[in-house]
Amino acid sequence: MASIDLTIFWAGIIGFAVMAYVVMDGFDLGIGILFPSLAVGDERDQAMNSIAPVWDGNETWLVLGGGGLFAAFPLAYGIILPATYPLMIAMLLGLVFRGVAFEFRWRDPRHRPLWDVAFCLGSFVAAFTQGVTLGAILQGIRVEQDAYAGGWLDWLSPFSLLTGIAVVIGYGLLGATWLIWKTEGSSQRHARRVTFWLALATLAALAAVSAATPFLAYDYWRRWFAMPGVLLTAQVPLLVAICAAALFWGLKREFERLPFVMALAIFLLGFVGLGISIYPYVVPRAVTIWDAAAPYSSQVFMLPGALVIIPIILAYTGWAYWVFRGKAGVHGYH
Amino acid sequence: MFDQFDPVVLARAQFAFTVSFHFIFPAFSIGLASYLMVLEALWLKTGRAVYLDLFRYWLKIFAVVFGMGVVSGVVMSYQFGTNWSVFSTKAGPIIGPLMAYEVLTAFFLEAGFLGVMLFGMNKVGRRLHFFATCMVALGTLISATWIISVNSWMQTPAGYAINAKGQFVPAGSWLPIIFNPSFPYRLVHTVIAAYLTTAFVVGGVGAWHLLKDRANAGARTMFSMAMWMAALVAPIQILAGDAHGLNTLEHQPAKVLAMEGDYQPSPNGAPLILFGLPNSAEARVDYEVSIPHLGSLILKHDPFASLPGLVDFPRENWPPVPIVFWSFRIMVALGFAMLGIGLWSLLARFRRKLYDWSWLHRAAIMMGPSGFVAVIAGWVTTEVGRQPFTVYGLLRTAESHSPLAAPAVAASLIAFVIVYFFAFGAGFYYLLRLMAKPPGSGEPPPPPMPQRAAGITPAPGVVAPAGAGR
Repeated sequence: MASIDLTIFWAGIIGFAVMAYVVMDGFDLGIGILFPSLAVGDERDQAMNSIAPVWDGNETWLVLGGGGLFAAFPLAYGIILPATYPLMIAMLLGLVFRGVAFEFRWRDPRHRPLWDVAFCLGSFVAAFTQGVTLGAILQGIRVEQDAYAGGWLDWLSPFSLLTGIAVVIGYGLLGATWLIWKTEGSSQRHARRVTFWLALATLAALAAVSAATPFLAYDYWRRWFAMPGVLLTAQVPLLVAICAAALFWGLKREFERLPFVMALAIFLLGFVGLGISIYPYVVPRAVTIWDAAAPYSSQVFMLPGALVIIPIILAYTGWAYWVFRGKAGVHGYH
Repeated sequence: MFDQFDPVVLARAQFAFTVSFHFIFPAFSIGLASYLMVLEALWLKTGRAVYLDLFRYWLKIFAVVFGMGVVSGVVMSYQFGTNWSVFSTKAGPIIGPLMAYEVLTAFFLEAGFLGVMLFGMNKVGRRLHFFATCMVALGTLISATWIISVNSWMQTPAGYAINAKGQFVPAGSWLPIIFNPSFPYRLVHTVIAAYLTTAFVVGGVGAWHLLKDRANAGARTMFSMAMWMAALVAPIQILAGDAHGLNTLEHQPAKVLAMEGDYQPSPNGAPLILFGLPNSAEARVDYEVSIPHLGSLILKHDPFASLPGLVDFPRENWPPVPIVFWSFRIMVALGFAMLGIGLWSLLARFRRKLYDWSWLHRAAIMMGPSGFVAVIAGWVTTEVGRQPFTVYGLLRTAESHSPLAAPAVAASLIAFVIVYFFAFGAGFYYLLRLMAKPPGSGEPPPPPMPQRAAGITPAPGVVAPAGAGR
């Protein structure tokens, strides 16, 4: 049936938007997280300049993910957001702070320390709350009669805090590897050092989250370990191990681009892993994508917009990254 | 500690706060985008440097305003779900796609043209740059069209059916949904309001610099242009508002009656209540000052036409009358004050004293922010007047909210207030500083610093001359 195809299509678009958001805003949030470790002056200016041209384009995927969820899966939007209410508010406020810091940091040198703090704190809060939200969704949301039926702190658990920390560390890794690629001199050396420790921490966090997930109430373990699916799912941790090895190797050989690409690959594999755990639910064990989908006519109505505009956005994003392919200097790209 | 508050009231306060704050920026950037287009067109046509100077002067301000609009807009795309999840679930199949188009339009506009407009003059040539400016102006208008369509559908829902889950779904074609009965009126009224808001900011800034230096060519030109807008567009806006009011009387009579303070029916023609204290408990206006028959003349274009009263409607369907009554009066008073400034400027122009009458300039400075106040007051009138419904007549506000806990909503409301005043307060400070500088001749283009307000605008790479990087 055509409508079922469109539901999968829309789930794919929103999954893609979320993934694009996570990897792209991930590295620039990561730079905010690493900001206190960078020296005031050249190192911070270089780091900021390396993401200045692209960060807001990165962030707009969050609007597309949120707006798309609302439009294509209104029921899921109406369940997940109230369930993670304080997290969403904190994330938005963090992003507001950090967004205006980009703008205002350059307007008055006397105010710069203040906006640096806002930038770092906002980035940390946004990353942490995104991670906690992921944990909250994985551990399950109480749904009764198509509505959220829990309290306003149900999301809080050791597991969700663990995923929160994991995402902060992972974004930090993306940021550090990005800096290896995009900066030079002391910034780059510093980024190499932290990348080593952050990569170890990311793998540890990934292992901890993976180990904890099967102990959640649902049958995640069956999806991962039952035959014959295990032949496929086992490839995910295997590939993670290969990517991690390549990352460390690239770091040791002082390659500039490989660590970032491998960090991205690890994130992608993590995302595939989440897909294996969750699909076809949007709210695990409660609401499938078909339960949550908007009616067929709404899906069709949005189709031209998605098919025309998203490719243009992608082409333009690619072009923007191409324009800024070099090293970021203290005064911007050159 | 917040348990004694009603979470629904808190959620409404939060939404009102965040959306009002957000609305300020597009109200300015819609008008400013069109103004920039006009300035660039005039420059291309006449070749006069003053237009290019003004274009660059206002372009820097536009970048900051647009950026703050995007940052505050990100919040809005999540506020529907966090605070109004039941509404989102039920109305999502209809308003979700419209809002998705709004987001995609904004996306498209930023991705394609904002960067060129901000930083690309030397790179792409005059014609292509002007095209980009036009597309940005068009994009802000298309964005406004979608979001006004959403809002209008909530006021005058049309073209819907209700499915087994209780959701509003399209009954067939999307055209009656998009072009619902109040949409054209609201769109015209809102877009003109954005133009007037910008005109008065531009006029106020021009007047400020005229008071300091009457000979400043940029200040003279922007003041003159703004005063033409005030003189020509303020009357059009009053007519558009009147037409919008008639439309509202047809579809949401209770809202209009609350705006007018008409509790009791007036079979022989309603008076126009100028002032008074609405008293909903007693269903009358205390200390009423009114002009007989003028109310009916305005609303029905016939002084003796009968009008119903709020008492003809069930009390549980009344909007909060005093808020609507007062916000409406603030909006109308400011509208007429704008008209007054426009007429005053015509007189000054007629006597060739437009740049000399310092009291006119002082008044224009006072009226500089009037557009924002009027826009917010008008927004309050229409949104509070929609109460007690989110989808008018069909879905009550009391049945639309998320399963909320008062402490969470109160804490987040306080956090929003603090963060917004801090973050956007700093933004306003920087904006005022930009406006405090007089427009000079040879106004430099936006500096090649990472000030990308929004969009994937490849700034330094496009503008920085070779070797400027380091």
